[in-house]
Amino acid sequence: MNVLPVEMGLLLAGVLFTLGLISVLIRRNIIFMLISVEIMLNAAGLAFIVAGSRWAQADGQVMFIFILTMAAAEVSVGLALILQIYHHLKTLDSDAADKMSG
Amino acid sequence: MMLASLIAILMVGGIAAGFLARVNQTACRWLSLITVTIAFGIILFIWIDEGLSMTLTDSWLRDLYIPWIPSFGIAFHLAMDGLSLLMLALTFFLGILAVLVSWKEIQYRVGFFHFNLLWVLAGITGVFLTMDLFLFYFFWEVMLIPMYFLIGIWGHENKQYAAYKFFIFTQASGLLMLLAILALYFIHGEQTGIYSFDYFALLNTTLTPDTARWLMCGFLIAFVVKLPVVPLHTWLPDAHTEAPTAGSVLLAGLLLKTGAYGLIRFVLPIFPEAAASIAPIAMLLGVVGIIYGAVQAYSQTDFKRLVAYTSVSHMGFIMLGVFAFNELAMQGVVMQMITHGISTGALFIIAGVLYERIHTRDILRMGGMWKKVPFMGTVAMVFVMASLGLPGLGNFIAEFMTLIGAWQANKLLTIIATAGLVFATAYSLRIMQKVFLGKNIEGHGITDLSLREKFILVPLCIAIIWLGLFPQQVINTAKPTVANGSHAKNHAAIHNRTRTDNVQYTSAFDTERRKP
Amino acid sequence: MIKLLWLIPTLPFLSALILILVGSRLSWRVAARIGAGSIGLAALLTILVGYEFLSSGKDAYLHVAWNWFQAGDLSTTFAFYLDSLSMVFIFVITFVGFLIHIYSIEFMQEDEGFSRFFAYLNLFVCSMLILVLADNLVLLYLGWEGVGLCSYLLIGFWYSEEKNGYAARKAFIITRVGDTAMAIGLFMLFTVFHTLNIQDILTQAPLVWTTGASMAVLIAFLLLGGAVGKSAQLPLQTWLPDAMAGPSPVSALIHAATMVTAGVYLITRMHIVYELAPLAQLWVGIIGAVTLLIAGFSALTQFDLKRVLAYSTISQIGYMFLAMGVGAWSAAVFHFMIHAFFKALLFLAAGAVIMALHHEHDMFRMGGLKNKLPTIYWTFLIGAASLAALPFITAGFYSKDQILWLAWAGEKGNLWFFLAALTGAVVTAVYTFRMVFITFFGEAKTKISHVPGMRITIPLVILAALSLLGGFIELPHTLGHLTLFSDYLSPLLPSVTLKEGIESTEWAIQLVTAALALGGVYFAYILYVKQPKLSDEIKSSTFELHQFWFRGWDFDALYNLVFVRPFVYLSRINKNDVIDQFYTGLVQITEYFNTAFVKTQSGILRWYVMGIVVGAILIMTISLFVQP
Repeated sequence: MNVLPVEMGLLLAGVLFTLGLISVLIRRNIIFMLISVEIMLNAAGLAFIVAGSRWAQADGQVMFIFILTMAAAEVSVGLALILQIYHHLKTLDSDAADKMSG
Repeated sequence: MMLASLIAILMVGGIAAGFLARVNQTACRWLSLITVTIAFGIILFIWIDEGLSMTLTDSWLRDLYIPWIPSFGIAFHLAMDGLSLLMLALTFFLGILAVLVSWKEIQYRVGFFHFNLLWVLAGITGVFLTMDLFLFYFFWEVMLIPMYFLIGIWGHENKQYAAYKFFIFTQASGLLMLLAILALYFIHGEQTGIYSFDYFALLNTTLTPDTARWLMCGFLIAFVVKLPVVPLHTWLPDAHTEAPTAGSVLLAGLLLKTGAYGLIRFVLPIFPEAAASIAPIAMLLGVVGIIYGAVQAYSQTDFKRLVAYTSVSHMGFIMLGVFAFNELAMQGVVMQMITHGISTGALFIIAGVLYERIHTRDILRMGGMWKKVPFMGTVAMVFVMASLGLPGLGNFIAEFMTLIGAWQANKLLTIIATAGLVFATAYSLRIMQKVFLGKNIEGHGITDLSLREKFILVPLCIAIIWLGLFPQQVINTAKPTVANGSHAKNHAAIHNRTRTDNVQYTSAFDTERRKP
Repeated sequence: MIKLLWLIPTLPFLSALILILVGSRLSWRVAARIGAGSIGLAALLTILVGYEFLSSGKDAYLHVAWNWFQAGDLSTTFAFYLDSLSMVFIFVITFVGFLIHIYSIEFMQEDEGFSRFFAYLNLFVCSMLILVLADNLVLLYLGWEGVGLCSYLLIGFWYSEEKNGYAARKAFIITRVGDTAMAIGLFMLFTVFHTLNIQDILTQAPLVWTTGASMAVLIAFLLLGGAVGKSAQLPLQTWLPDAMAGPSPVSALIHAATMVTAGVYLITRMHIVYELAPLAQLWVGIIGAVTLLIAGFSALTQFDLKRVLAYSTISQIGYMFLAMGVGAWSAAVFHFMIHAFFKALLFLAAGAVIMALHHEHDMFRMGGLKNKLPTIYWTFLIGAASLAALPFITAGFYSKDQILWLAWAGEKGNLWFFLAALTGAVVTAVYTFRMVFITFFGEAKTKISHVPGMRITIPLVILAALSLLGGFIELPHTLGHLTLFSDYLSPLLPSVTLKEGIESTEWAIQLVTAALALGGVYFAYILYVKQPKLSDEIKSSTFELHQFWFRGWDFDALYNLVFVRPFVYLSRINKNDVIDQFYTGLVQITEYFNTAFVKTQSGILRWYVMGIVVGAILIMTISLFVQP
C-alpha cells in the first residue's frame, strides 16, 4: 500500500485550516462561525496525526484526543453562549453582538 | 505605647463611628469628637509632662520599636520629638474642629464620613510619628485614600474632578518617593549588610553626590507636591474648593504640613549635601510660589479658591525657610506650619459657614455682611489680618523669622519674598472688602454665628493671638529639632546601640548572614 | 508711679477689647465712658509718670513685660522704654487723643457703629503708644503695623460706601510698601548687630560704622522708606488725601496728630544711624523739601475742606523731614508737637463745620459761618494762624521759624532747603487763609443743621489755647531765648551746629518769614474776600496747571499706570492659572490616545479574529526574516 507522502497530509490540513479561517472571517451567522472554528481545530488535529505517523510517535494521537476533548468543551460552552445571544438579541448575526464596543 | 495608642484610638474610633452611624448619627458625631479629644488630651499630657524638659542632645520624647516584618527589616517604629509633638497637637486641635464643622454640614452617609475623617487623622498621625520609611509610605497612603473619599463623596459641584486630580498628583509623586525609599534601602543594605527601613539606620547611608541628588529628588517631589510648590500646585485650588469644609480644613491645615514635615524630617537630614546644592533653586521656587500664589489669589472670585491660592503663597515661605539652612528660618517654618494651619483653617471655616447660609462661594455676590454678622466679621478680620502677616498674630512671627533667617542665606530672594507681603495685603483686604464691607448687593439676610460655630472659631482666634504674643513655648519645643543639625543622628547613635542588643537585624536579602 | 508705665498702653487695649467683645450690647453712654475714660486715665497716668520721670532725673526707664520670642541670635522682648523723646510722644498721643475722644462722643453719637468706632480708636491709641514706647524694632514694627490696621479700619469706618473701602485699602497697601522697605532694613540691621534692640543698636552703631559707611546709608534709606510710607511723604504720599474718607476725629487723631508722624519718630529715634549716613540724611531733607512744596501747591487748589487739611498735613510733615534732614532733631519734634495741636484743632473744627452743614465737604458751598458758629470760627482761626505761622503770637511761628532758621544756618542746611521752606511758608499762609475766608466769610450757602455742643467746643478751646501758648516753651535767640524744650531733649538729641558767623542774620530771617506769612494772608484776603473774581480769573487762565495740582501732581495716575493696572491685569488674565493648562493638556493627550484605542474595541467578533490572524502572520513573517 502506497504511503501517502506527509506533504499531502499537511497540505490537506493547511487547506482545511484556511477554509475554516476564511469562513470564520466572512460568515456572520454565529453558528457557522462555530462550525468553522471546529473545522480549524480538526485541521490542527489532522496535522498532529500526520506528523505523529511520520515520526511513528503516539504523541500526535494523544494531542488529537486532547483537541477532541477541548473541542467538545468548547462547543458546549459556545452553544450555550449562542443560545443566550439568540435569547437576548433574537438573531444569530455576530455583528449584532457588539455591546462591548468602546 | 502611647504613640501606638494614638493611632489605634483614631482607627478604632473611626470604625466604631462608622458602624454607630447606622444606629444613631448624633452618637456617631459625639463618638468621633470624643475620640479626637482623647488623642488631643494624650498629646497635651505628653507636652506638659515632658516637653518642658527636653535637652539639645537627645530630645526624643517617646520611642516605640516593634519588629513587624523582620526579614525585610521593616519595623513598627514610632518616635516623637518636639516637631512631631507640635504637629500632632495641631492635628488633633484641627481634628476636633473638623468634626465640629461637619456637625450640620454633613447629612449624607454620616458614618462613612466620620470613618474617613478619623482615618485621615490616623494617617497624618502616623506620618508625623513613624521612623520607619516603609511604614511612613504606608501612612502616607493611609491619609491619601480617605481624603480622596472625603472630597469625592461630600464635595461640591465639581468634586469628582477635584478628587481625581488630588489623588493622581499625590499618588504619582508618592510612587517616586517609594522608589527612592527602596533605592535607599538597597544601597544602605549593600553598604552595611544590614537591610533596614529604619530612619535612624538610613541616616548614616553614605551616598555618592549623584545618587544622593536623584534619591533626594524622589523624596522632594512627593513633598513639594503636597506642600505645594509652583508649578506643582494646581491640584490644590481644585481640591480645596471642592472639598467639604472639614476636608478643606484638614487639607490646608494638615496635609500640606506633611509635605513641610517631610522636608525637615527626611530631605535635610538624609541628603544634607544634595539639599544644600539645590538650595538656591528651591528658595527660588519658594519665592515664585509666594508671588504667584498672591497674584493668583487676587483675581479669584470663589472664596475658597482664593484662600487656596493664599495657601500656595504662604507655603512658599516654608520652601524659602527650609532651604535657608539656619535656625531662625527653620523656627519660622515650624511656626508657619502651625499658624498657617490655624489661620487658613479658620478662613475655610468662615467660607463654609457663609456657604451654609447663602449657598454661594462667589465673593462678587456677597458684600456688606458686617451689618448682619458683626461677630463673624470681627473673627474674619482677625484671620484676614493674620494672613497678611499683621504683627501680634502668629503668622507675623513665622514670616518674620523665616525672612530674617532667609536674609542670611539669600538677599535678593528675601527682598522679593518681603515684597510679597504687599501682595498679601492686596488679596487679604480684598476678601474683607468683597465679603463683609461694601454694600449688600443681593440683600442676603443671614444670621450671625451659632454657639457651635463660636465654639469653633473663638479657640482659633485665641490660638492665633496667643501664638502672636507668646510664641516662645512653641519655639522652645521645636528648638532641639531645628537648632541642632545632628539632632536625628544623635538619636541614631544612642538608640542603635541599645537596639542591636535585643533586636536582630535580619533580612531576606542578607544571604551572607543566614549561613551558619 | 513710673512702675505703672505698662498700664498706659494697656488701658486703651483693655477698653478696645471690652468694646469689641460686648460693645454692641452697651448703651452709648457706657461705651463712651469706657472708650474715652480709658484714654483719660492713660493721659492722667502719663502726666503722673512724666512728672516722676522728670523729677527722677534719669535718662530712661525700661519696663520688660515679658520675653516675646527668642530663636537663634534673635531675641526680642515685649518691653517699654521711656525716655524724653517717647515722653513727648506719649504725652501728645494720650492728651490730644483724649480730647479727640471727648469730641468723638458727640460727633459720633448718632452713628450706629458707635462702640465699634471707640474700639478702633482705642486700639489705635494702644498701637501708637506701643510704637513710641517699644524698646526694640520688632515691637516698634508691631505698633507700626497696628496703627496701619486701625487707620485702615477707621478710614473705611463707613464701610457701606465702596469709595471708603477703596481709600482704606489704598492707605494700607501703600504704607505696606514702605513697611516692606523698613522690614528689609530690620533684616540688615539684625545681620550687622545681631540684635534689634534700639538702644543696643544706637550704642554700637558708631563703633561699627564710620561716617558714610555704605551699609549705614543703605539701612538708613530703607528705614526712610518705612517713614515716607507712614508719614505720607514723596513718593508714597498719595494715600493721605483719600484717607479723609474717614470720620473727622479720625483724621484729626490719626492722619494729623499722631500716626502720620510715626515716620518722624522713627527717624528721630534712629538719628544716630542717620548721622552716620549723611547721604541718607540729605535725602530726608530733600524729600521733606520737595514734599512740602508739592503738597502745598496741591492744597491751594482743593475745594474739599478736609482735603486741604490733608495736603497741608503732608506739607507740614515735609517741614519735619526737612528739619531732620538738616539734623535739627529737636526742632522736628517740636514742630510735631505744635502741629499735633493745631492740626488736630483744625480737623476737629472742620469736622464740626461739616457736621453742622449736613456732611457738606465742599468749601465753596459753605461761607458766612463767622457769625453763626463763632466758637468754631475763632478756634479755627487760631488753628489757621498757627498753621500759617503768623508771627509772635502763634505757636506755629516759633516751631516753623526754628526749622527755617536751621535750614539756612545749620551746618547741613543750604540755600535750596531754605528757599523751599520759605516758599512753602508763603503757600501755607495762602491756602490756609483761602480756606478760612471761603469757609467763614462771604455769604452763607448752606443752612446749619447741628449746633455743636460742649463736648465739641471744649476740646477745641483747649487745643486752641495750646496752639497759641505751646510755642512759648521754646523761643529763638532774638526773642527771649528760652530753650525749655530743646534742653529737655538735649541729652538724647544733639543740637545743630551752626555755620560760622551766621548768628547775626537770625533776626533778618525772622523778619522775612514773618513778612512773607503776613503777605500770604493778605494775598489770600485780596483773592478771596476783596476781589473774588481775580481768583476765578487766575484759575481759568491756568486751568491745566490748576487741575494738575488738584489731582495731586498726577501721582495716582502714574501709580495706577505703572503698578496697579499691570498687577490687576496680570492677575485677571491668569485667573484660571496658566500652569493648570499644562496639566489639562496632559490629560487631553491621554484622552486622545484613549479614544484612538477605544475604536479598536468595536465589539464585532470578526474584527478580533482578523486582528489575531494579521498579528499571527506578522509575527511569523518577522520570525522568518529575523533569525535569532
